[in-house]
Amino acid sequence: MPFIPHTETEIQAMLETIGADSIEALFDEIPAALRSAGLQQVPLRASEMQVTRLMTQRASQDGTPLCFMGAGAYEHHIPAAIWQLTTRGEYYTAYTPYQAEASQGTLQLLYEFQSMLTQLTALDVSNASLYDGASALAEAVLMAVRANRKSKSRRILIADSLHPAYRKVTHSIVTNQKITLETLAFDNRNGTTSINDLPAEPGDFAALVIPQPNFFGQLEQVDELTDWAHRHGALVIAQVNPTALALLSAPGEWGENGADIACGEGQPLGIPLSSGGPYFGFLCCTQALVRQMPGRIIGKTVDLDGKEGYALTLQAREQHIRRSKATSNICTNQGLMTTAATMYMALLGTHGLEQVAAHSMHNTALLVEKLCTIKGVERLFQGPIFHECALRLPVAADTVLQQLAQRNILGGYALEQDYSDLSNTILVCATETKTEQDLDDFANALRQSIENPA
Amino acid sequence: MLIFEQSQNNRCNTAQAPLEPRDTSAIPENLRRKKKPRLPEVSELQVVRHYTRLSQKNFSIDTQFYPLGSCTMKYNPRACNSLAMLPGFLARHPYAALEHSQGFLACMYDLQEILKDVTGMKAVSLTPMAGAQGEFAGVAMIRAYHDANNEGRQRTEILVPDAAHGTNPATATMCGFKTREIPTDDNGDVDIEALKQALGPQTAGIMLTNPSTLGVFERDIKTIAELVHAAGGLLYYDGANLNAILGKVKPGDMGFDVIHMNLHKTFSTPHGGGGPGAGPVGVNERLLPYLPIPIVARDGDKYHWLTEKDYPKSIGRLSAFMGNAGVLLRAYIYARLVGREGMTRIAEFSTLNANYMMAKLKQAGFTMALPQRRATHEFILTLKKEAKELNVNAMDYAKRLLDYGFHAPTTYFPLIVPECLLIEPTETEDKQTLDGFIDAMVSIAQESREKPEFVKGAPYTLPVKRLDDVKAARELNLAWKPGNTL
Repeated sequence: MPFIPHTETEIQAMLETIGADSIEALFDEIPAALRSAGLQQVPLRASEMQVTRLMTQRASQDGTPLCFMGAGAYEHHIPAAIWQLTTRGEYYTAYTPYQAEASQGTLQLLYEFQSMLTQLTALDVSNASLYDGASALAEAVLMAVRANRKSKSRRILIADSLHPAYRKVTHSIVTNQKITLETLAFDNRNGTTSINDLPAEPGDFAALVIPQPNFFGQLEQVDELTDWAHRHGALVIAQVNPTALALLSAPGEWGENGADIACGEGQPLGIPLSSGGPYFGFLCCTQALVRQMPGRIIGKTVDLDGKEGYALTLQAREQHIRRSKATSNICTNQGLMTTAATMYMALLGTHGLEQVAAHSMHNTALLVEKLCTIKGVERLFQGPIFHECALRLPVAADTVLQQLAQRNILGGYALEQDYSDLSNTILVCATETKTEQDLDDFANALRQSIENPA
Repeated sequence: MLIFEQSQNNRCNTAQAPLEPRDTSAIPENLRRKKKPRLPEVSELQVVRHYTRLSQKNFSIDTQFYPLGSCTMKYNPRACNSLAMLPGFLARHPYAALEHSQGFLACMYDLQEILKDVTGMKAVSLTPMAGAQGEFAGVAMIRAYHDANNEGRQRTEILVPDAAHGTNPATATMCGFKTREIPTDDNGDVDIEALKQALGPQTAGIMLTNPSTLGVFERDIKTIAELVHAAGGLLYYDGANLNAILGKVKPGDMGFDVIHMNLHKTFSTPHGGGGPGAGPVGVNERLLPYLPIPIVARDGDKYHWLTEKDYPKSIGRLSAFMGNAGVLLRAYIYARLVGREGMTRIAEFSTLNANYMMAKLKQAGFTMALPQRRATHEFILTLKKEAKELNVNAMDYAKRLLDYGFHAPTTYFPLIVPECLLIEPTETEDKQTLDGFIDAMVSIAQESREKPEFVKGAPYTLPVKRLDDVKAARELNLAWKPGNTL
């Protein structure tokens, strides 16, 4: 029996101890009328060899197209040590570290993770992860509404240049609590929130959400936006890419007083693309807001002998203690992903992360330069970018992307699906994993698709 | 020692990141980072050694028996990990074109079908990323249903038993509902009279776990379903304890309208030191239009995504992409390895193991919370007597068990049983391991009579002794800061 070790002799001995005639007798409290007729759709069992054959076929069936897609998930090099260590059984098969004495490995690692995130964001505290970047933004919004006691409107301003899927997820999660999200339009020239168009009298709002870089890869004027929101009594939520933080101004450095909350997608830090998950969301904030933070937090303390150790702390915020008054319903988080990310940050260090960021930025700039030599291809927006860029094409984006897919290239994201005005535009990304030959291959394929459509 | 404390200025790994310098002057001065982050500056060997050593300070299923009630800490088959980590699966971008997605989507579609069969529900969405997000999706669908029937303003209450997981009331709050608790009767069942009193035009629904968090099967479930439906409410099934009834009873047949499953419990995906999980939701006909998106559909032999335009009434998206795909792959591989026959055996042998442990512990003189009931896949032992007479409580037993090499059972949950241990052995443990745990419990009982102070000081053999939680909360130290310790 797969993964069940019992022998017939043992089964009999166990039933005898229980005083039951059969295993079936152990289900005698379930009313007969409820008993199921059995399973019909679950396939019959297969051996490890058969399942290996099936999965290997399915994994290879999808091929490995040359990837120029970012849009919230980025292909970075993952050092070999990361997943060899992360899948050690002691990390992989451990439970949530409620029994602190038996979980010092995971707890210390998470404390190190929190420390690294506070370094990257230049904020005081970090939690131990949320599900992903999008749900982390939703939790950041809920947190800001709880924390901003001066604001009564339950109104959040959010840049339209922020990832459309993140805005959708945030909407799904916060609207049941009567919170409204209002978008701030982006400037058609720069693809960023225009400082000059910000309302002089915005009315009461709890927080402003600023993406950096934004969905189009463009860099927002974060200092001015932060100060504007603070002047109007709102908190500032920074939605940031952790790789970019090696080079770009950290949320804690924004404007006069810094952002209050920073959140984002942790996937670039050593997590494979893996069809969209599991990734992890991170959430950092100023010390003043720590008691409104959702999710698990690890603190340093001492044991009975005064020896240093680590434990879950501020648990009175959480569902298993506070129940309906908890800061969130989150229980299981993305522990194993933060394990990988911690090792990634330790292995790369500040310099390594700067190199990854700089090379990704450089490769994207070079790609854009090459693509813009094709007739009719041009940048959609002006101004500085990080490692993504929106391009206008002379033809329909969907057609081009389909043709590229046939040439085994994942050519980017069609922006029209979320921004109806942006027809014939794509968002491209080239991380440090791309060689100049890769960029040329993409440019040649795109040129052919545009100049000689099939 | 922290990794930061092993740092040496200007030490760095050169093999893992690009080498040549690159010009970043395109970033305007005002948007550049002002102060560099202080990440560790260490060698690859230091990283490998540090995190290998840290791992050795953990208990895990791979190293210890983990009878953690309500958590289903069963063996995580190695094949599930290695096959889900095939390069093709890891490299697939979430926005890959459909022609580069058919193999992956086939797995997801098959998994949806398997989960429909196991739960007896009409349709499944895989997108929720953990049990609590599955709960959120379920209760949000209940809300959407009442709103669509113009009863949203009136139906403001979600009922939960007093023994429920904390996520249930927390979820109700996140969905904008008030929670009302229903008491449990002396036999561990929902108090039907109290339920009748609580039901009314304000009832949106009830959240139940069956088998319940008390480790017994809720026998009156049909009556409960009829009463709640008659009042216009819906029934939510918390799938935490699904392991106990796989192939034996289907939540759909019990009258539930919506269910979430914890694939990191029932379908043996790893807990990873706190996650990731996966919390797919299943619904009956009534809630079908509200399912969270995306969902995988099949058209002939081609697979595609169902999105906003296919599900205009959906409660929406819950993750940036499609949920914890890698976890879902592991669950799918597990389901294929176990198969139709194996599913039912999971319920049988997890129940056999739990009833065996309960019988042995009873014989050894321990008190069960519900001795008159059959155990399901878990059961509750109460140390109320020991706490009163010897001043040795459930936490002391839990900590002393660690010294014996066993992870502690769940302690002080459910909240309604004093000094309790909730014990769930799972089907993957052998009789010798269970006997070893029982011997340890008997030894601790003897130690408690002979030298209670010793038991209260446990554990003694782990990297640290009991930690000062009060200090941790009062003198918050949540991150290393440069200068703190160097």
